[in-house]
Amino acid sequence: MKNISKIIFLENFFKLILKIATLIIIVIFLLMFYSLFERSMPSLMENGFYILFGSSWDPNIKLFGGAPAILGTIISSAIAIAFAFPISLSIAIFYTEYCPLRVRPIISEIMNLLAAIPSVIYGIWGLWTISPIIKLNFQEPIIASIGFIPLFSGPAYGLSIFLASLILTIMITPIIASISMDIFLKTPILLKEAMFALGATKWEVLRHVVIPFARRGILAATILGLGRALGETMAVTMVIGNSYIWPFQSISLFSPATTITSKIASEFPESVIDLMHNSSLMSLALILLLFSISISFITKFIEKGVKYR
Amino acid sequence: MNLRKIKNALIRITSTIVVVLITIPLLWIIFDVFIKGISVIGLEFLISLPAPIGEGGGIANAILGTLIINAMACAIGLPLGIATGIYLSEYSNDSTFSTFIRTIIYTLSGVPSIILGLFAFALIVIRIGHYTAIAAAFALSIIVIPIVAKATEEGMRAVSIEIREGAFALGLPKWIVVTKIILGVAKSSIITSSLLAFARISGETAPLLFTALFSYYWPRGINEPMASLQVLIYNYAMSGFEAWVIRAWGASLLLLLLVLFINILVRRISTR
Repeated sequence: MKNISKIIFLENFFKLILKIATLIIIVIFLLMFYSLFERSMPSLMENGFYILFGSSWDPNIKLFGGAPAILGTIISSAIAIAFAFPISLSIAIFYTEYCPLRVRPIISEIMNLLAAIPSVIYGIWGLWTISPIIKLNFQEPIIASIGFIPLFSGPAYGLSIFLASLILTIMITPIIASISMDIFLKTPILLKEAMFALGATKWEVLRHVVIPFARRGILAATILGLGRALGETMAVTMVIGNSYIWPFQSISLFSPATTITSKIASEFPESVIDLMHNSSLMSLALILLLFSISISFITKFIEKGVKYR
Repeated sequence: MNLRKIKNALIRITSTIVVVLITIPLLWIIFDVFIKGISVIGLEFLISLPAPIGEGGGIANAILGTLIINAMACAIGLPLGIATGIYLSEYSNDSTFSTFIRTIIYTLSGVPSIILGLFAFALIVIRIGHYTAIAAAFALSIIVIPIVAKATEEGMRAVSIEIREGAFALGLPKWIVVTKIILGVAKSSIITSSLLAFARISGETAPLLFTALFSYYWPRGINEPMASLQVLIYNYAMSGFEAWVIRAWGASLLLLLLVLFINILVRRISTR
């Protein structure tokens, strides 16, 4: 009898440990909101909506407008998605229909490695290798020929919102592509065979069976990629130039700009001595956290019923 | 050739070109880091401390710092992640509570790492009053938890009903079945996910900027600012001094080798 009560005790003890672990995770999650909110409060009380819509940022005169950083985050991510979406779709199309079977592991390995490279390495590569090349061979010729269009006006710095979007494209393509590849492979084989039996070409099967079947999944993958781009810090901070002139003094894509993450990463250490400055950066972080949470909920909602990875 | 076949051929060609194009940045980064980094890597670089600009110097404290911070992050993150995974797979009965936990874990996995760094700053650095590697480990452990929890849950769920029934038929209590048998079968997926999590946090830089910061000396204790490879790469690359930039490339090469090695190793283990 004593033995049985010992077993029951151990059983409950084990369960208790597991339960405590899950509770710790819940506490961490809630504390994250609370801590950011608490640190943001002084700035939110003082600046109100100026942190969202204001265009100037000058700690010396207590002016903290976050609009250029917020717009920089949204626009650089949007451009990255606009490039990465067709690229990823093409990769998934090649992977499922056109590539020889023994090449498939190579392609997924390439995606795997691209996703594994640390962002600070994308940053040093973008800063010291790509930036001079882009400046000399891309920005300068374009500014010389169509520089009268404000979107492409000079001068060419190399470091720019354009370069940040380019690096982001390379970083989020493997995320969108590898999820799309997985979903494409899950198309019911019978549907595809039926189409082939009707004499359809591979593209027609893709166009009318595979892609419609995977539509929701591709959408979720793209939004997931967007979330990654919005929160990407090191690579963006190193290549965007960290200047507050974009987009209110120059809308050129070749102009240096800033994002929420690059603003925080480059100013945070010096802000620690000034509560309002520090708190304003925390408010920007809170906005970013809200973006990221919404994206998680949207993808969860889209994915409902579909399971991948 | 009719129009349909031409269209098909065009798509085939474009998608092939795109795949070839996307491999260019991968190879470019690897070769670039290798060529620029290899020139500075030597014994002295690996075993000595940073020196003032122009006097050479190494990155030994940063290598050690990254390993210490990673080890602490795993010490916090792995037990929590594995325990949560076990709970979700074996004890949750798919209740509302477990859906809630899954949602939280999913959301945590999408939170940008810079936010985790700021969280650790607000929670730990401000309260302690100075930068500390403990806060860095805490921030990184929040990256480890979702990766390991998800892999543990999936690995344990994949264990077949026959194995479970066989174990229970022996009269073993549930916690013995779970820890000795089911966990044993799911072991490989837990190990691979732990390795991937280790590789992932080895490259994370943003959470360290506001927590461990950097140091030019050997780590003196875990409750101190600590150097790390990641922050060294960032600081040195942004400094613009040639001697430091070249050392940033050397550190990048080490980091890249570590991360790619773990990733390729994991693929070998899990496809076998």
